[in-house]
Amino acid sequence: MRPDSRIWSFVVPIAAVILALMIASIVILLIGKNPVVAYEALIKGAFGGRQAIADTIIKTTPLILTGLAVGFGFRAGVFNIGAEGQMIMGALIATVVGINLGGVPPVIAIPVTMLIGMLAGAGWAAIAGYLKAKTGAHEVVSTIMLNWIATYLSSYMVTEPLAVGSGTPKSPEIAESAKLPPLLTIGATEMTSGIIIAIVAAIIMYIILEKTTTGYEVKAAGFNPYAAEYGGISISKNITMSMAISGALAGLAGALEVMGVHHRFLGTLSGGKGFDGISVALIGQNHPIGIMFAAFLMASLRTGSNEMQFVGVPKHIIMIIQGIVIFLVAADRIVRTILIRKKKVRS
Amino acid sequence: MPPSLGGIELDKEYAVVMKGITKRFPGVLANDHVDLFVEKGEIHAIVGENGAGKTTLMNQLYGLLHPDEGEIYVFGKKVHFKGPREAIEHGIGMVHQHFMLVDNLTVAENVVLGSETKKGFLFDLNEARKVVKDLSEKYGLLVDVDAKIEDIPVGMQQRVEIIKTLYRGAEILILDEPTAVLTPQEAEELFEILRRLKKSGKTIIFISHKLNEVMEISDNVTVMRLGKVTGRLKTSETNPKEIARLTDNVTVMRLGKVTGRLKTSETNPKEIARLMVGRDVVLRVEKESKEPGDVVFEVKDLWVKDNRGLDAVKGVSLKVRRGEIVGIAGVAGNGQTELVEAITGLRKVEKGKIIFDGIDVTGFSPRELRDMGMAHIPEDRLKYGLIVEYPAYYNLILGRHHRFPFSESNFLNKRFILKNAEDLFEEFDIRPRKPEMLGGNFSGGNQQKIVVARELSHEPKFMVISQPTRGLDVGAIEFIHKTILRMRARNVGILLISMELEEIFSLSDRILVIYEGEIMGETRPEETTFEKVGLMMAGHRLEEVER
Repeated sequence: MRPDSRIWSFVVPIAAVILALMIASIVILLIGKNPVVAYEALIKGAFGGRQAIADTIIKTTPLILTGLAVGFGFRAGVFNIGAEGQMIMGALIATVVGINLGGVPPVIAIPVTMLIGMLAGAGWAAIAGYLKAKTGAHEVVSTIMLNWIATYLSSYMVTEPLAVGSGTPKSPEIAESAKLPPLLTIGATEMTSGIIIAIVAAIIMYIILEKTTTGYEVKAAGFNPYAAEYGGISISKNITMSMAISGALAGLAGALEVMGVHHRFLGTLSGGKGFDGISVALIGQNHPIGIMFAAFLMASLRTGSNEMQFVGVPKHIIMIIQGIVIFLVAADRIVRTILIRKKKVRS
Repeated sequence: MPPSLGGIELDKEYAVVMKGITKRFPGVLANDHVDLFVEKGEIHAIVGENGAGKTTLMNQLYGLLHPDEGEIYVFGKKVHFKGPREAIEHGIGMVHQHFMLVDNLTVAENVVLGSETKKGFLFDLNEARKVVKDLSEKYGLLVDVDAKIEDIPVGMQQRVEIIKTLYRGAEILILDEPTAVLTPQEAEELFEILRRLKKSGKTIIFISHKLNEVMEISDNVTVMRLGKVTGRLKTSETNPKEIARLTDNVTVMRLGKVTGRLKTSETNPKEIARLMVGRDVVLRVEKESKEPGDVVFEVKDLWVKDNRGLDAVKGVSLKVRRGEIVGIAGVAGNGQTELVEAITGLRKVEKGKIIFDGIDVTGFSPRELRDMGMAHIPEDRLKYGLIVEYPAYYNLILGRHHRFPFSESNFLNKRFILKNAEDLFEEFDIRPRKPEMLGGNFSGGNQQKIVVARELSHEPKFMVISQPTRGLDVGAIEFIHKTILRMRARNVGILLISMELEEIFSLSDRILVIYEGEIMGETRPEETTFEKVGLMMAGHRLEEVER
């Protein structure tokens, strides 16, 4: 296999996961536990039974969307580190609108709430895109700042104007008609139908990137902005638009969390899922299909880790696994070289 | 006692012997059992078309690539370089086509970078300056040791690269297309330096496809073609007039093979050219006389700033008629880049007017200009002309990708895109015939063909053509020149910007000379001489020159 073969896009992440599991098992051994037992528990926690699987899928949904958000940005040559803030804004505005849609039938209320969430995320991200296009302000800096603004704005909203009840700051529930009907109900767990929307979003992103003129322009601007501009593609327009599309995906993640899972805005709703999107996009190599698998992998590790904790292995082991996977995928040239070397030595 | 290497009896002392070198890349045989013999203390030229395998061969000598088969001997010792560091330790130095210098460091800092002069643990700048000054004086390589790289001309940057190799103890210098970026005067200076280096016992390997140069500077020539050596020549025996000047052999390469190994002295540029492209090449194109039509493009008192905010174009006015080629001659960096960028909508116009097809297009975007029928062959094809990560078929629609039939209600029409690529690959003889190959994987000449093919297929009314043959071989140059004349015959107005005076002279109907952002005068090729235009390029106005 040549170092630039397409197959590597699949081989490298898979090899990275296996290698990461092996290295983590050494760490588990070092803390005096049995890795086989730990991983058995991990698998059981993630896939042992319908409830576990439902949990994994609930966790997968937002990760696919934030992964797509960051991945789309990467393809367009912008580093959207603000998926977190865009997700919060999407969730917050979707909540505000969802609360007020009581009299509206679900056929209208559901798409409206979803769309509003996407628009909120898109708008939030477009601020950073516009600033970059007009003034050259780097989007990493501006999106990080926008993350904090979103975080504090939302905590103000759920502690003051929207606050209900006591304990965790939270908003009232959104209207029944704006809630996403669950795909399956297993005991107390409602498996969100958001997963279908997330998969559809991945397919749409694939079509946009590979089949449309917009995709051609977005990727051209990402690969070589000079040549793109030479070819009549407006870079400033593209930056703003790419950030908006990226933000819309993150906003959708937030809206679906509200509509399908929590049914209200919680202070802890995003919980770093926007940042996890960066890892998901990296592991998934910015490809929509890869991102779906990466999101599923990360969600499985998360749900499985609780079970692992029961057999005495700290759940933070999965952070080690995740870190190693990202490192190896990001350094995929190194992995390719090592794999090719090995083959050469053997033959 | 002549040394014997791996069973080969050698009659002379050789600095470099490469024996049976074979290097494969996916789908390409870049070097096919290439033999290269470089005598100690000679200037050895390797010539061949783009993609002949010259640079690949040298990268193996320099340790950047490793041969699949074959042996390399340096000063009689068999070597296996793991990387350039080992090659440097064996006294090999390479000056690449693209300089490897840090723009915001000084000349002295750049030279010592990587093996710095030290005082204790600290970098000793004074010692570095002294060492560089000594080297510069010893070999007549004039440089300003304290100047920053970004502030000095390309010719001096190249001298810095040469000093860098000498500082690292190079006995064998490889220069990859060293004159591609130089003005004729700078090239002449470089040759002086090379002769001096030779006199002090250095061996020089000189990659080129400019035959006149090879005749002038080299002792021996190896001709390569299709990855094979096709000829090995003594330069001095090819053209007696040049014997006195320097020369010894030529190896000609083509498509990874050495296609010729001629004694430069026994051959002539025509013969080398034939070995390179496998057929006779007309070095000068015939231009039919033609009455130009009405004015299609006009610039009035144009002012443009460069990246640093300084005036780069100062009040340029010019007109281009349909079916006319207007050439702009000038030394690189005299405002040509900024002029072209302003005309094509890539750079802001500070003052003045641009009129295209009767419409004031000042401030129009590149897309609007393209849609109106302007095409642009950019000087830097890797930066502007190509998206190297895109396959050729996508590169061939850039600029028209948003229009029917390539795009229909925002969806790409892959069938038309592929058909377009197939047609253009055939028409422009782009090789290899793989439209799905990424733009970056084509050789330089074929990348340029992709750009030219795309721009011509736009059916333009007016074209800006910048350095169309930079770094191309004779075969490709001939092809591009003929294509430009074909556009002229089709009544396209053409603005041609080139550093190659010969190109300007053989193609242009009118010649404008630019110096420091101003037009020094207008003339016609049949009414003037290289010397007169050369003087204008150096800042003399036409009136002074004519006097």
